[in-house]
Amino acid sequence: MSENGNLFLRNLAGFWKTFRQNKLGLAGGFLVLVAVLVAVFAPALTDYDPSDIIRDANNRALTFAPPEVHGILGTDDAGHDVWSQLVFGSRISLVVGFMAGFIAMFVGSALGIAAGYFGGAIDSLIMRITDVLLVIPDLPLMLVLVATIRQMELKISPLAVLIVVIGLLYWTSTARLIRSQTLTIKERQFVARARAIGAGHWHIIRKHILPQLMPLIVANTVLILSTAILIESGLAFLGLGDPTKPSWGTMLNFAFDRSAISNGAWWFYLPPGIAILWVSLGCILLGNVLEEMLNPRLAAHHLEGEAGMIAIADVESKG
Amino acid sequence: MARRDYLLGKFGIALLTLLFVLLLDFILFRVLPGDPIRAVIGRNVRISAEVQQSLREQFGLDKPVFPDQFVDTLGQWAQGNLGVSWSQRKPVSEILISKLWNTLLLIGLGQLLSIVLGAILGLLAGWKRKTPFDVGALTFSLIAWATPTFWLGIILLVAGSTWFGLPTGGIVSPENVGKPLHTVIPDLARHLILPTLTFTILYLGEYMLIMRSSILEVLSEDYILTARAKGMSHFQVLTKHGLKNAMLPMVTIIALNLGFTVSGAIYIETVFSYDGLGNLVQTALVKQDYPLLQGAFLLLAVSVIIANVLADFLYTYLDPRVKAN
Repeated sequence: MSENGNLFLRNLAGFWKTFRQNKLGLAGGFLVLVAVLVAVFAPALTDYDPSDIIRDANNRALTFAPPEVHGILGTDDAGHDVWSQLVFGSRISLVVGFMAGFIAMFVGSALGIAAGYFGGAIDSLIMRITDVLLVIPDLPLMLVLVATIRQMELKISPLAVLIVVIGLLYWTSTARLIRSQTLTIKERQFVARARAIGAGHWHIIRKHILPQLMPLIVANTVLILSTAILIESGLAFLGLGDPTKPSWGTMLNFAFDRSAISNGAWWFYLPPGIAILWVSLGCILLGNVLEEMLNPRLAAHHLEGEAGMIAIADVESKG
Repeated sequence: MARRDYLLGKFGIALLTLLFVLLLDFILFRVLPGDPIRAVIGRNVRISAEVQQSLREQFGLDKPVFPDQFVDTLGQWAQGNLGVSWSQRKPVSEILISKLWNTLLLIGLGQLLSIVLGAILGLLAGWKRKTPFDVGALTFSLIAWATPTFWLGIILLVAGSTWFGLPTGGIVSPENVGKPLHTVIPDLARHLILPTLTFTILYLGEYMLIMRSSILEVLSEDYILTARAKGMSHFQVLTKHGLKNAMLPMVTIIALNLGFTVSGAIYIETVFSYDGLGNLVQTALVKQDYPLLQGAFLLLAVSVIIANVLADFLYTYLDPRVKAN
């Protein structure tokens, strides 16, 4: 451990040295970090519970109160504090997005390695599955799946259904990326040597291939997170969230359905959208910069300096 | 690669996808709790035991699920029989067809605008690489990528109705229904502005990125240098050689994007209460109208699969490298 651990720390230090020069990467990291901190310290950031009903002097619920009248972001149609909903909503949005993203990362990496390493029939099978998933329109597929699973009354929480469905549909791009990288690593000398001295498949994958892939997997996961968070918000907006645990998407669903727009309650429908944009933009910036730094295929590019945004576009169009 | 092999491969994938979609839709319909007969005729319709039995036989529900019932169901679907909507008590296919044109109009307009604008802006961004225009265009596409579709729709809805007095929903104002075309069309156009704008803003960025990177690639080719050496102007080179070759990746992306286009239609039609398939899907979801939801999924998925095959076919005509045997 100690030798490997030191090597890891030295790599990390070197990585940080390059990374901190990259303004876009730092900006992305900042956006994501703030969102995570808000989610972790949610209770400390607000005096109200999201389910508290704010009342006026006559003990009537204070509905659609603008920020000048109550709190930081006013109240919603039922008199709940919007700021505390937003702060606690970050927990739901991030947890669902992160867990779905991790499932996608895990499935995509496992299938990508299997396809690239074993080749042949396994490879064709996995690649055909990704081809099929790529063509089917994703939102209608998810709506039908989530709605049907709910109707089956399986006693699974609605959020768990969302996590699993998003996670099991968004692994295809990861699988393709990891597969192509595995193909090149497989041909390297150290793998051939390990095989020559009789190492098993599992050993080679775990000890020789996975460590080489790890940086790429990390970068790709950050990108997948932005997709997962956007998709979660969309499904929640269409009414598939958990109304008892409102995420930012669920808040927008409430705002839209309960006439926040006709009441001019911008403090109800603007902040959740900005929060979603904040996190997904952060993940996109961070993920692209990490991929740029860690993906050997893109090693020729340099993100430093004024060309940062341009390099990101170049990564995007290759991805 | 020979054109025939290329197309056969693509057809194979399309068939595989089609089979997957059909099977999935069939299975989803079966796992719903309760009697499938109920699923077909509606939950609250009273029928006698004999009628129920004869319906079971008529629908083949006394036969094994695989392969008999599956094949029967496929036959029904092929004839356009997708069951009856629970909430509207009408055949699903009838409802779907009545909404199809509205959605095609919205998607068609949105796609046309975003492709044309995206191609032009991407071309300029690639040509003027690393200028403020280029960086601005890229920043725009990055932000458009990170913005939730429905939220942008909500913002445009508020802005458009407050500042420009544009209608907030529907397709034609109630007082204009049934009026002659010259009154209806301007009204329809006013209703289309905001949904189409949302569509265009969201998809513009991606087309711009693709166009930009493919024009950059084309401009580094030797034949561009030759064209310049012949004395053609920058503009001539760009339009004569650049644009033609750079359009190829666009065709692929347009086809690949069809699935996302459908997602966009669901969100945008919901926000603007636009009377199309997307809004229908959302209503079916809220009312738990499963026959309608699954019928809509079937129609959307099959349309996207067919459109993909058409795009591949078109591609073989456009790309001489595939056409040449």
